[in-house]
Amino acid sequence: MATLKELAAKDELFSGGHRLCSGCGIPPIVRLLLRSAGSPVVATSATGCLEVGTSIYPYTAWRIPWIHSAFENAAATISGIESAYRAFKKKGRIPADKEIKFLALGGDGGTYDIGFQALSGALERGHNFLYVCYDNGAYMNTGIQRSSATPLGSATTTSPAGAKRPGKQEWRKDLTRVVVAHNIPYAAQASPHNWRDLEGKARKAFNVAGPAFMNIISPCPLGWYSKPEDSINAARLAVDTCYWPLYEVENGILRVTYRPKEKKPIADWFKIQGRFKHLFKPENSHLLDETQKRIDAEWQRLLDMDGKAVF
Amino acid sequence: MAARKAKKLMQGNESCFEGAIYAGCRFYAGYPITPSTEIAEGLSRRLPQIGGKFIQMEDEIASIAAVVGASLAGLKSMTATSGPGFSLKQEGLGYACMAEVPCVIVNVMRGGPSTGYPTGPSQSDVMQAKWGTHGDHPVVALTPAYVQEIFSETVRAFNIAEKYRTPVIILYDEIVGHMREPIIIPEPGELEVIDREKPTCPPEDYLPYDRRLEVPPLAAFGEGYRFHVTGLNHKDDGFPTNDSKTIEEGVKRLIRKIDNNRESIWKNDGYYLDDAEVVVFAYGSTARSARRSVRMAREKGIKAGLFRPLTIWPFPDKALKEAVKKARGVIVPEMNLGQIVLEVERNCPGMAVTGIHRVDGEPINPKQILDAIEKYR
Repeated sequence: MATLKELAAKDELFSGGHRLCSGCGIPPIVRLLLRSAGSPVVATSATGCLEVGTSIYPYTAWRIPWIHSAFENAAATISGIESAYRAFKKKGRIPADKEIKFLALGGDGGTYDIGFQALSGALERGHNFLYVCYDNGAYMNTGIQRSSATPLGSATTTSPAGAKRPGKQEWRKDLTRVVVAHNIPYAAQASPHNWRDLEGKARKAFNVAGPAFMNIISPCPLGWYSKPEDSINAARLAVDTCYWPLYEVENGILRVTYRPKEKKPIADWFKIQGRFKHLFKPENSHLLDETQKRIDAEWQRLLDMDGKAVF
Repeated sequence: MAARKAKKLMQGNESCFEGAIYAGCRFYAGYPITPSTEIAEGLSRRLPQIGGKFIQMEDEIASIAAVVGASLAGLKSMTATSGPGFSLKQEGLGYACMAEVPCVIVNVMRGGPSTGYPTGPSQSDVMQAKWGTHGDHPVVALTPAYVQEIFSETVRAFNIAEKYRTPVIILYDEIVGHMREPIIIPEPGELEVIDREKPTCPPEDYLPYDRRLEVPPLAAFGEGYRFHVTGLNHKDDGFPTNDSKTIEEGVKRLIRKIDNNRESIWKNDGYYLDDAEVVVFAYGSTARSARRSVRMAREKGIKAGLFRPLTIWPFPDKALKEAVKKARGVIVPEMNLGQIVLEVERNCPGMAVTGIHRVDGEPINPKQILDAIEKYR
């Protein structure tokens, strides 16, 4: 486990001056990821906030080889890149023992939804890469439309809260669990507020042989209707309410990596975000209750699985 | 006394979804993409209020598939997108042509290729609208240029889709999509609204792809008519066939049903065409610049006119030939590197046809067109 001092001494591969919003969760995530790699990294980004915000001509925030392909295919693009490097090594064009890491990045829209097929395919084929989803719970880049990662009851521009419907009607997809079902060597959930946990997981993920996946919650003041200065706290609350449990599945064994000292009610996380404002009206209290119930059950399921094989 | 109808300030994309609701659209499936997203956002609010259904899908491919499904179940259905999403929808569009499923696809054009220029206008999907999906197929595409016109053309798109059992594409660009103009929402009944013809025969006699008919009636799922729907070449009852004669006749009927009805699908607007010696052929927001250039040219004593197609596919060859009868030349401004200009050339043999093209994300301005017109002084 690296100390903060050691981490800070490493090269900054993701430069400042990018155009992501103040309070956005993505930059601290990417900076930590690149600091954890330990070897040269080649990265692809799906269309999304990260891609748009870091690469508007004539500036780029990337001090590594980086490709933006399209919305649905970051995992497919990294598959091609990783295979090409393998061929280069076979042909002796680069030394066979040279360590190169491959990283694909996508938001929840580009990962849970349109990029899901490409992700699943790449995991099954077993490419040696790390896929990281920065999950801010909606299509923020196009103006806050719901995704399959959007929490139940959340108001977005395509799941508006009104007289007929109190926000999104569906429970979010548990993508981490779906990915785990691909039997890959490493999968984890992380949060930018817990840098030590995130860095340790990223290092593991980069170093396993075969595909690895990290789902990282990423606060979005714009889409969460929260204060930019509250972002890290919002990430912390997502974890302390167990909405976003921190855990990993390494070679099939699940481990809960953080247990809140005091598990907070989900309302604590909801009330600092405008997207859940309507859930505090008496007529919508059933949604709050349902959310709490499901979170409790899921947390209990994880605790029961802790230290055990997932299959 | 009837009250004077109130004007509403509305964005092009808002006008589109209000037009869809007016036409009876009760199902929308889509995926967020700039600069069309306001259509999805608006319908996510509006459709639940009137008993309709809005679904956000996981991608563009799923969106068009859901629209096809909903239409077969009997609802007037629509999706909206822009360049990259339109590319993803192409297979579903071809399926809708083949299975003869009425539906409307809006493409708010932005710069391309690929992710291109999401916030910049373009007219570079005109040929993709015609030939984007594989195989010989009929295509109807409409090109409104004003916010009010987006409303009425969306209604017309549904009417054509329903009447001819075919997908209809509405092509407009980011400028008109995001422009705000005052519009008057027509009263119910003011604009014609057409519903698809349903079968009246006994279920056992129903042939959903009857080659003897131009447009066979379409039963909705659950109405007692059991029939087969497929993207494979099929017989009159919908079941797949390998019989070459049936295949050829089936595909030809698809083409024929639009070809034979071109006159009723075509719609054009003309401005100073009667004595025009130079005709500007322009569509969408470019036509608005062109209209100004024509007026400027007339002030300078140059006999210029504007031919503005509202139906770009099928191509308005007959009206164009009529419009250029007295002309010495045709000017075709479009925000692409030369697409519809080729079609104009093909239909104006021996005439000087000049394209004005721009792909820098900026609109073609009246001065650019006027400069070309002035060469005919």
